[in-house]
Amino acid sequence: MLKQTEGSHAVAEAVALCRPEVICAYPISPQTHIVEGIGEMVKSGELTDCEFLNVESEFAAMSVAIGSSAAGARTYTATASQGLLFMVEAVFNASGLGLPIVMTVANRAIGAPINIWNDHSDSLSQRDCGWIQLFAETNQEALDLHIQAFKLAEEVSLPVMVCMDGFILTHAYERVDMPTQAQVDAYLPPYEPRQVLDPAEPVSMGAMVGPEAFMEVRYLAHAKQMHALELIPQLGDEFKKVFGRDSGGLIRSYSIDDAETVVVAMGSILGTIKDVVDEMRADGEKIGVLGITSFRPFPITAIREALKNAKRVVVLEKSLAVGRGGILASDVRKALRKQPVDVFTVIAGLGGRAITKKSLHALFLKLALETEESLTFLDLDWGVVNRQLERERQTRRSGPAAENMLRDIGTVASKIA
Amino acid sequence: MSLQPVKFYQTGTFTVGNRLLAPEERSVQANMERTNSLNSGHRACQGCGEALGARYAIDAAMIASQGQLVAANATGCLEVFSTPYPETSWQIPWIHSLFGNAAAVATGIAAAIKVKKAKGQGGDVRVVAQGGDGGTTDIGFGCLSGMFERNDDVLYICYDNGGYMNTGVQRSSATPPAARTATTMPVGPEPGNAFGQGKFVPAIAMAHEIPYVATATVADLRDLEYKVKKAMTFRGARYIQILVPCPLGWGAASHDTIRLSRLAKETGTFPVFEAEYGEITSSSKIRRLLPVEEYLKPQKRFAHLFGKTPAIDTIARLQAIADKNIRRYQMLDKEAN
Repeated sequence: MLKQTEGSHAVAEAVALCRPEVICAYPISPQTHIVEGIGEMVKSGELTDCEFLNVESEFAAMSVAIGSSAAGARTYTATASQGLLFMVEAVFNASGLGLPIVMTVANRAIGAPINIWNDHSDSLSQRDCGWIQLFAETNQEALDLHIQAFKLAEEVSLPVMVCMDGFILTHAYERVDMPTQAQVDAYLPPYEPRQVLDPAEPVSMGAMVGPEAFMEVRYLAHAKQMHALELIPQLGDEFKKVFGRDSGGLIRSYSIDDAETVVVAMGSILGTIKDVVDEMRADGEKIGVLGITSFRPFPITAIREALKNAKRVVVLEKSLAVGRGGILASDVRKALRKQPVDVFTVIAGLGGRAITKKSLHALFLKLALETEESLTFLDLDWGVVNRQLERERQTRRSGPAAENMLRDIGTVASKIA
Repeated sequence: MSLQPVKFYQTGTFTVGNRLLAPEERSVQANMERTNSLNSGHRACQGCGEALGARYAIDAAMIASQGQLVAANATGCLEVFSTPYPETSWQIPWIHSLFGNAAAVATGIAAAIKVKKAKGQGGDVRVVAQGGDGGTTDIGFGCLSGMFERNDDVLYICYDNGGYMNTGVQRSSATPPAARTATTMPVGPEPGNAFGQGKFVPAIAMAHEIPYVATATVADLRDLEYKVKKAMTFRGARYIQILVPCPLGWGAASHDTIRLSRLAKETGTFPVFEAEYGEITSSSKIRRLLPVEEYLKPQKRFAHLFGKTPAIDTIARLQAIADKNIRRYQMLDKEAN
């Protein structure tokens, strides 16, 4: 059914359609509207056979999820930013135990300085935690990916993060096609755990594993993710049969066949990039877009195949490996290591900095003339940076510099170039 | 006087040797049908109070729940010595997740069980969480307090040996003042653990007004079994803290585990009581009041108090803590003493 609704609410409804049995919630922006929505559905009786728990921290949220999933319940939670970091120990534990928990990450920057706006620092910091990570481009895709995520998680016995851009998607009202309960039931069978805490068949879970088997256990976690590489496109195909639309998959390309320059990105920024690509194509530029939906497992082969004709690749990412450069760019570079292609890294939109069509247009034209691989910080205010660097040269004083920058800029509004 | 009541206990002990009692009055451990929840073959040290306490507590919980029990375990000695992969001593469904989240994992299990039961897909399975004092009073305290506050249907059992024994005897918030640990060495002007305000979690649990709180020691195993069984008659959050001597960490002889547990109570150092909905309902009385030295002396962790010049002031402060316990928890039977 078509409806105009908030991204968070669309996800809440989609999760409810998946018949979750235990949901734990701890508030953190910009994820709150999702669990508020589901909480209301449980309390009103609209969503039955579901326990909704308000817990005391994100660490507890993931720990409760571990317990309920191990006891055989389909389990969901949502978090963002500092919340994801606060639960990290349990995040690793959930994947290590092979528990098919689904969690929304409403992507948000990580402090300090504290910042509530969108970038991908939070979930990308968890790139090696063993969870599958799927990135949604639109609210429709966010909704669809949650339905696929439960099926994927339960098939491979691994937890799945569905990542959607905080505020940009979570708080945006858009048209979505909300599936019916019958459609979701046809696609997603009830959860049948492989192993469960049951007095009729006692098992010990989470036992200590020494050097004699730990490597093998870790390899098998990797093997599961490699299996997910095959499964994700299949689940996308099955999804299309039931719901009648393309959603999910490993990667998604746009105007790529004859493209000499391909921009690679994840999440909602793909929409803006596509608009710029359309404009540049109208001017005769051979440029295309490759969106990565599955960040973990990372689809190396699919990306290599998709970019085989590209002459230059621009990886635009909302994350920064401090002291190194790009996170996504490093992974893409690895996929293309044997191809004669330059990979340009662009760090953009950190802490919610707006990424405009104008800036992207200028950036792509500029990078088209460069011959050496480079690292660009999009729309960085060099005046502010240089003033601070000069201050630091003059006064040897450690400590945070954020306050100086704000004083220089003299504004509290978000910056749009 | 021609008739004298028969006493099966040896004078001055609470030995569980109760073969002469009627079967229904015998301890769970004396029952041939006991589950051996924590089975033999595990790797606890000789004289481990925690292994003893866990065996009695979980078997009692198993009897009380008709075998319908799931356990969540914090990281710690109990976890490590019971489940070196691929071996396990647990005869019940058991999960270990992390050091600081046993209470929350148990909450999750209880939530899943509730839903499954409502759906007609599962029975009335009960949940226990267990951990040492480090996993309970320190790193797991947030999850524990959350579980209490929500009144989740979980019995949490803390095996209190007063320190991080699994990692090599470091101080926890349950370590007694003046005790030597690897991080509170007996050196400097104030040797051993500092005198803080203490963190007695049973009292904090009572402040949450949860249905049932109790303390016990491995010296009185009948009392321990009784309290576990009683805890299982309540729904909601319940908490039992069991004093379990650690021969390694305390620097005590393995054969002194029971004696030290008894002395902890008899000197007033560890109050043994139970409380319902935030109010004390009973306390175990001291049979023969002893000075704290009797409890401290057999333990090497307090040896620095008894050198050539005994630390009289420090011992007096420890005695004052015990005296306060005796008053607060009414550990003396006024008529008997």
